Order: sequence, then structure tokens, then C-alpha cells
Amino acid sequence: MHIPDGFLSGPINGALACASVAVCGVATWRARATLGEKQVPMLGMAGAFIFAVQMLNFPVAGGTSGHFLGAAMAALLLGPLNACLVMALVLAVQCFLFADGGMTALGANVFNMGVVGALCGGILHRVIRTVLPRTRGAFLGAAFVVSWLSVVGGAAACAFELAFSGTVPLKVVLPAMLGVHAIIGLGEGLITCAVLAVVLGARPDLVVAWPRAAEPA
Amino acid sequence: MKTWILAGAFLALSLALAYFVAPHASESPDGLEKVAEDKGFLEKGEGDPAWKKSPAPDYKFPGVGDEKRATSLAGIAGVAGVFVLGCGVAWVLTRRRAAPK
Repeated sequence: MHIPDGFLSGPINGALACASVAVCGVATWRARATLGEKQVPMLGMAGAFIFAVQMLNFPVAGGTSGHFLGAAMAALLLGPLNACLVMALVLAVQCFLFADGGMTALGANVFNMGVVGALCGGILHRVIRTVLPRTRGAFLGAAFVVSWLSVVGGAAACAFELAFSGTVPLKVVLPAMLGVHAIIGLGEGLITCAVLAVVLGARPDLVVAWPRAAEPA
Repeated sequence: MKTWILAGAFLALSLALAYFVAPHASESPDGLEKVAEDKGFLEKGEGDPAWKKSPAPDYKFPGVGDEKRATSLAGIAGVAGVFVLGCGVAWVLTRRRAAPK
């Protein structure tokens, strides 16, 4: 879903760059106060894994491929704001070293593939969990749902940006983007659940979104 | 320290995926590219990129003739780079707190 240069208008690119910089600024400010020492390797690990798995395009219907985004996974593993920082790092490396995603659209890409999935995914997961039993299965089920939504939500944001930029009418691009990303989102959900299941099995204390009932609030 | 072991295991998995699997990933256009193609706005993105100094465009390590190998090496470089960058940024953020106000 990496937007190249030229798809979005200057004002749209500028507005989204401002939004992404603002979110990353808040995330940095928060991390200075709250980031724990044991999260240092977790941030590196999440970024490295997301970079690797984003390279693995899998085929979906009709000569199209899709890949993992990772924002929802990172949000549950590290917290939503830390996830925004990791996504921004990954997307910046992809843009500047590998020419994936345009430099002028970097803010938009961080917004669509990072901020939308990490913030909405993280918050929505918390909301969904309040009505579910506090079991690992319910946790992972909710993770699957928000991962799917993070991809579909990012695709919807992308469609609106393209429409507001005057590139393509909304009624043409929105159904097309939602349709293909509804399938890609299933892959996203599976990978997110697999990773969270492994980390929950090995070190549940490292999963920020996992409610640690044993610990005092 | 056990956190570093878990992180190391995921790093090893990521390196292996980038090296062994990335060269065999689907080459079909991704969701957005396909929509751009079908809806006729793909050419809008085909001008000169704003940033022209990418050392490994399209995940092809420079100076490697074999395309699959070039992708493997670009993947390794990217995974290692992001890992170091991620840990580095996180380390700096935890350090700053320890510094006197």
C-alpha cells in the first residue's frame, strides 16, 4: 500500500506529513517518560520483523498481491504510540534506502500503514476486550479482528486521500481498495495472531496489551 | 537478558525470511498498485521519484547481478538496519530519562 510520489496532491501530502510528525512527536515525548529498558530489544525486534515480513508479498485474488503491515501487531506488543515510532522507522528506511513509497508521500504512508492501524487497532482492541473473557483465545481473536480492520482502515484512508487529491473519484477507488484489502487483511490477522501467540507463550510480560491480572494496577 | 534472547530469535527468523523467502515473494502488483492500474492512475506515480539517492531501489542490493540474490542481500541489510535503528532509538529514549534535568 506504499503510495509513490505523484499520487497525492501537495496539500494532502503536507497535511498528512504534519499529522504523522505530530503523532511521532507525542510518541517520542511519551516514550521518554514510559519506555522500559526491556522494551529496547522489543522495538528493534518488532521493526526488523515488520521489515522482513513486509517483503513477503503473498498472492491474493486476480493477479494481485498483498503484504503484512504490522501496525496492529506492534500496537499490541509495544503500545500504540511506540508502534507508530516503529512503523515510521520501517517506512523511512523503505523509502530512503529501497525507494519503496515516495518521499513526498512518506507522511501519508506513515499515517495509513502506521498511525491508523496502531492507534485505532490498539484502542479498539482494548474496547473489544472489555466485553470478552480474559483468556488468551479471546485476546488473540480480538487481535485478529483489529489487524484485519487496520488494513481495511488504512486502505480506506488511502482511498479518501486519493479522492481528495483529485486523482480518482471516491466512488471508484473506495470499493476497489476495500475489496482487495479485505482479503489482504486476513493474512495480516493470521500473522499478528501467530506472533502474539508465540510471545505470549514465551514471555507474556512483554506483550503490553496483555492484561497482567497478577500485577497490581 | 532473556528479552534479548527472544528478540534475537525473532531477529534470526526475520533474517531467514528476508534471505530465503523474500526472493520468492509474489511479484504481482500489490493492492494499491493493482487498483491504480485498473482505475487508470498508475502513470501518475511513474515520474521521477523525489528522492533519487536510494542505494537499493526495489529491494535490489547494488552491484549484484543475480536478482534473487540481490533481493536476499537487500533484505538482510534492511532487517539488520531496522533492528539497529529501532534498538538505538529506544535506547536513546530510555537514556534521556536517566540524564539529569
